[in-house]
Amino acid sequence: MEILMALVVGGLYGTGVYLLLRPTPVKVIIGLAILTNAVNLLIFTAARLTRGHPPIVEETLGRPSYPIADPVPQALVLTAIVIAFGVLAFTLVLFRRAAETTEADNLDEMRTTDT
Amino acid sequence: MGYAICSVFLLALLAPGLTRIAKPVSGWLMAALPLTLCVYFLSMLDATAGGLTLQVTWPWLPDLGIRLSFFLDGLSLLFAVLVCGVGAVIMIYSADYLADHKCLGSFFLFLNLFMASMLGLVLADNLITLFVFWELTSLTSFFLIGFDHDRDKARSSALQALLVTGVGGLALLAGLILVGEAAGTLELSELLQSGDLIRQHAWYVPIVLLVATGAFAKSAQFPFHFWLPNAMEAPTPVSAYLHSATMVKAGIYLLLRLSPILGQTALWHGMLETVGGVTMLGSILMAIRQTDMKRLLAYTTISSLGTMVFLIGLDIPLSIAAAISYMLAHVLYKASLFLITGIIDHATGSRDLSALGGLFGKMPVIGLVAILAALSMAGAAPFLGFVGKELFYEVVLMAPRAAPLSILAALLTSIFMVTSAALLTVRPFFGPARSDRLPHGPVATNLWLGPLLLAGAGTLAGVFIGIIDKSLLAPAVSAVQPGHSVKPLALWHGFTPVLAFSILTLASGIAVYFRCDWYRAWTENWSRRHHYGAETCYERLYSGLFTIASRLTLIIQNGRLRNYLLTVFISATVLVSSTLLWNGGIRFPTVWTSVNFGDLILAGIILAAAYVTSRVGHRLVAIVAMGVIGYGIALIFAQLGAPDLAMTQFSIETMTVLLFILIFHRLPLFSRLAPRRAMRFDAVVATAAGLLMTALTLAAVSGPTDKRLADFFAKQSVPAAHGRNIVNTILVDFRALDTLGEIAVLGMAGVGVWALLKLWPKERRKP
Repeated sequence: MEILMALVVGGLYGTGVYLLLRPTPVKVIIGLAILTNAVNLLIFTAARLTRGHPPIVEETLGRPSYPIADPVPQALVLTAIVIAFGVLAFTLVLFRRAAETTEADNLDEMRTTDT
Repeated sequence: MGYAICSVFLLALLAPGLTRIAKPVSGWLMAALPLTLCVYFLSMLDATAGGLTLQVTWPWLPDLGIRLSFFLDGLSLLFAVLVCGVGAVIMIYSADYLADHKCLGSFFLFLNLFMASMLGLVLADNLITLFVFWELTSLTSFFLIGFDHDRDKARSSALQALLVTGVGGLALLAGLILVGEAAGTLELSELLQSGDLIRQHAWYVPIVLLVATGAFAKSAQFPFHFWLPNAMEAPTPVSAYLHSATMVKAGIYLLLRLSPILGQTALWHGMLETVGGVTMLGSILMAIRQTDMKRLLAYTTISSLGTMVFLIGLDIPLSIAAAISYMLAHVLYKASLFLITGIIDHATGSRDLSALGGLFGKMPVIGLVAILAALSMAGAAPFLGFVGKELFYEVVLMAPRAAPLSILAALLTSIFMVTSAALLTVRPFFGPARSDRLPHGPVATNLWLGPLLLAGAGTLAGVFIGIIDKSLLAPAVSAVQPGHSVKPLALWHGFTPVLAFSILTLASGIAVYFRCDWYRAWTENWSRRHHYGAETCYERLYSGLFTIASRLTLIIQNGRLRNYLLTVFISATVLVSSTLLWNGGIRFPTVWTSVNFGDLILAGIILAAAYVTSRVGHRLVAIVAMGVIGYGIALIFAQLGAPDLAMTQFSIETMTVLLFILIFHRLPLFSRLAPRRAMRFDAVVATAAGLLMTALTLAAVSGPTDKRLADFFAKQSVPAAHGRNIVNTILVDFRALDTLGEIAVLGMAGVGVWALLKLWPKERRKP
């Protein structure tokens, strides 16, 4: 399972990087979303996988029934998912506004430098 | 002594206010303090003449060995007296000279700041303290050269002076730090005892080169000389004070001060002799070409500074006395001549030597003062300049190396110096009068008083050279050469070869004066054909720096997102993969979680969807594929004991897809913009990055793991947070503040989204 997950992480990273390098705004944003998913999956996998045992304290035992999945990366990833949504939403409307204001349809036209 | 410096700094701060309140007497107000300080320093003459030194130390950065420490011996006393004495004269003069200028207050502010810094420089004991004051004089010089800041030329000259002396200052700082490291102390008073230690140190050569660079840049020695003529853009009192009497002497002071520590080696003597010799002869040849009085004075100043450097470099005991007498004479006559130039400029509206004439009848006092100063400059008896030049010849005739060359250079320099003195006085005062270039009215007392005092002092010092030598010059010389007994100076040495040289110099100088126009025409012709020099070099460097900077910026900051990202991804991939390969980081897990058929299907769907997003040409399909990836990951979370993650991922992914679909029809269509080659290159980079991440994931799951945090939360979840879902208790209890922060971030993102969607400028409101 770990090797399978590593392959999925690698595939998602590759796709995300490739999409971020596209000049079309929508593709860049989709790339951002995929890259976020890849990172979340990486953090989740790095803390070891446990099938079918959520980190919940059994009411009768007063403790979880070991082995359980590690709760710490889950808490981190949960935060990350929500924050990533905020970032994505903001990026999306920002690109929309930029496209409308500059009337440019690709990122190479939306550029300014100091020189 | 420390309070003396502080008091001038304080006066600088009060200067603008005082000038506003009492403008008519502001010059005298400003002069009161330097006069007092001058008397104070003169009162210590007896102490230093007896060989005593005074020390004051205030702690500053004791851990780094940096102290605000000052000491006074014969040499610093001479310079301090000059700084305060000439300073007082300049203050009185400036108040009248710049009476109509709207910024007289800030002029006094900068001038007093400079005076305080210069005093600090010559009194400093600690080398770092010395350096700080050294740079402060450069800074104040920058402000004073660019005082008429609405003129382009003034601004660029100020910047040039600052850059040249600033580069020298950096070299000096490096040199001084090396001195401190080599000797183990930064205090000059202690270093004076440890000259042998430094001369034998492995760093001796870099120390000498760095320190000398700093001194040469400050004292306008070749090849740094070009900033000084340009600095003549400053108001004339500034030129008189900073750029002839004091600031440019800082390099001379430093060389004199350090010659017991760094001197007496072939490198020291050879370098100072060569640079000083080239400077003194080269710039005096430039001087007599000039028709602007101030530029002529500037070039003769460089030449005199060159002579001083040359004399300090000569390996003869008498040469230090010669350098110091030459310097004192130069300060007195040159400041006086500068101030007279300012008066002529004000009165006639011109300082062009070819346009001026017949001024003696209109301003006889000024004329007499000018003649006194010019005679001292020419080295005629009985002026102080005569003593300086006699010593110069006496020392050069004993030169141990390259004597014929040195004698020739000295002779030519002195001859042309006589010519320059004649150029400055003969035609403007006694030449044919020009009706349009005659003074409008009488010259104010405050204006002619200063030059008179300075030129008078030069004359009296020449006549009473015995007294001046005993009280002022000899203590300064013995501070540089402890233990040497130098024979007392005198005006008359009898009929010696030196006297013959002096007479020859005067006669030839006057002869050259009558041939001067021919020389000017010849050099004019020559310089029209040859355009190279240190200044051209500086300008090329200066503009080259800007060209390189803008080209570099265009490469690094090209405005293309793809290039920025490629830089990041390629460097990260290459660096991390090479480290991984180098250190054997590629590992495979030994303990596996089991895989079932459903997982394989799920991974296949995710990877297929990912491929679709990167290849498809339709936006809606790409968005749907993105949603498939998100849902797939949610299912993985659900399989692997993370129901909370799965639920969050489901709802967020749904919202993301909805948001995309709401917005995307307003975004530009997909179009194939990138050329095929670029796409292939990106695919290679992306594949490499993906492979690297796979390897990193495998490496991460192969190493040992730490479950202490997980155990802590599992144990504490119920007793501390009263919740059975451990992930929930972590989020809303153990790390509640983090979650609050996250909510704030989301809130701000929401406000931003709303503003970007709804707020438009009035004239183009969107539906």
